Amino acid sequence: MSGVMKRMGMLFRAKANKALDRAEDPRETLDYSYQKQLELLQKVRRGVADVATSRKRLELQLGQLQSQSSKLEDQGRKALALGREDLAREALSRRAALQQQVTDLETQHQTLQSEEEKLTLAAQRLQAKVDAFRTKKETIKATYTAAQAQTRIGEAFSGISEEMGDVGLAIQRAEDKTAQLQARAGAIDELMASGALDDPTGMAKDDIAAELDRLSGGTDVELELQRMKAELAGGSTQQQAIEGGGAQQQPQGQQPQQAPQTQQPQNQQQTPPDFGKH
Amino acid sequence: MIVRIMGEGQVRLADSHFAELDKLDDELLAEMEGGDEPGFRRTLHALLDAVREFGEPLPDDALEPSELILPSPDATLDEVREMLGDEGLIPS
Repeated sequence: MSGVMKRMGMLFRAKANKALDRAEDPRETLDYSYQKQLELLQKVRRGVADVATSRKRLELQLGQLQSQSSKLEDQGRKALALGREDLAREALSRRAALQQQVTDLETQHQTLQSEEEKLTLAAQRLQAKVDAFRTKKETIKATYTAAQAQTRIGEAFSGISEEMGDVGLAIQRAEDKTAQLQARAGAIDELMASGALDDPTGMAKDDIAAELDRLSGGTDVELELQRMKAELAGGSTQQQAIEGGGAQQQPQGQQPQQAPQTQQPQNQQQTPPDFGKH
Repeated sequence: MIVRIMGEGQVRLADSHFAELDKLDDELLAEMEGGDEPGFRRTLHALLDAVREFGEPLPDDALEPSELILPSPDATLDEVREMLGDEGLIPS
């Protein structure tokens, strides 16, 4: 076949290809957008790794503090056995400070763990979104290629002006850009919703809280002293009762509330409320 | 195969019809090159009628590239010659 029909068809396709070559290709925009999403996903993954590293570091610190704490307790016990109540008091005082740090670190650890879980979930969701975008991108590209060729044919043969063609391209670009922005906004929403953009270490305390902790620590020292004295005195029934209570209280930091009911309703327990009024 | 008649739209044609259409198409080309305006007009109309008769029209919103293209019924010999010239169908 070499007649008019064929020649016109061939000529048209050659010209259409040439015209398309000059136009901006939105398919490149889609690929670029996908690339950006992959980079964002990489950042989120790095974020997960950073949080996990911080959590592990905290676990190490906690272990060290707890080991120091039991060492000080032993020292206090020995000092008291040797009749050096002043030394025992010092050891227990240091231990109380350490216990407070342990409590703080445990809180931080819980926060980090929760952040890590949320961030992992966010990364998984983002991964799914990026995968979905990749599929959609390929579909759009294929559809675009077919539609673009057909649009050019339509333009040429139904007398539609070149401006209309430009409008078509502009719409395509706008759609691509919208998809890109939506994907990016979605990713940022994920991060915000997961709290990954918050500072997980913002644990600063005000002066009053610090003072209350100090006083509470002092009370703990007195309680420890009492407990050890009782231990040394060999009062077995009372000792068991105290130890049982103490062992449960320590990790939750509830000593100041529970211990005084059984042992120490004295002067120092009433001081913290006074500080609260200053 | 999809054939477009300029200004009218597209039709889908079965391959079995192409032998007859090819004959008319070659004739049309010869008349165009020979400058036979009346012959060209007659053959063009015969070709278009055949395409319309054998073909099944495609909906206007169908997005399928045309493989063959025919001038519109009122196209003159000069216009078709111009379209097949260097400038082609789409101005550069």
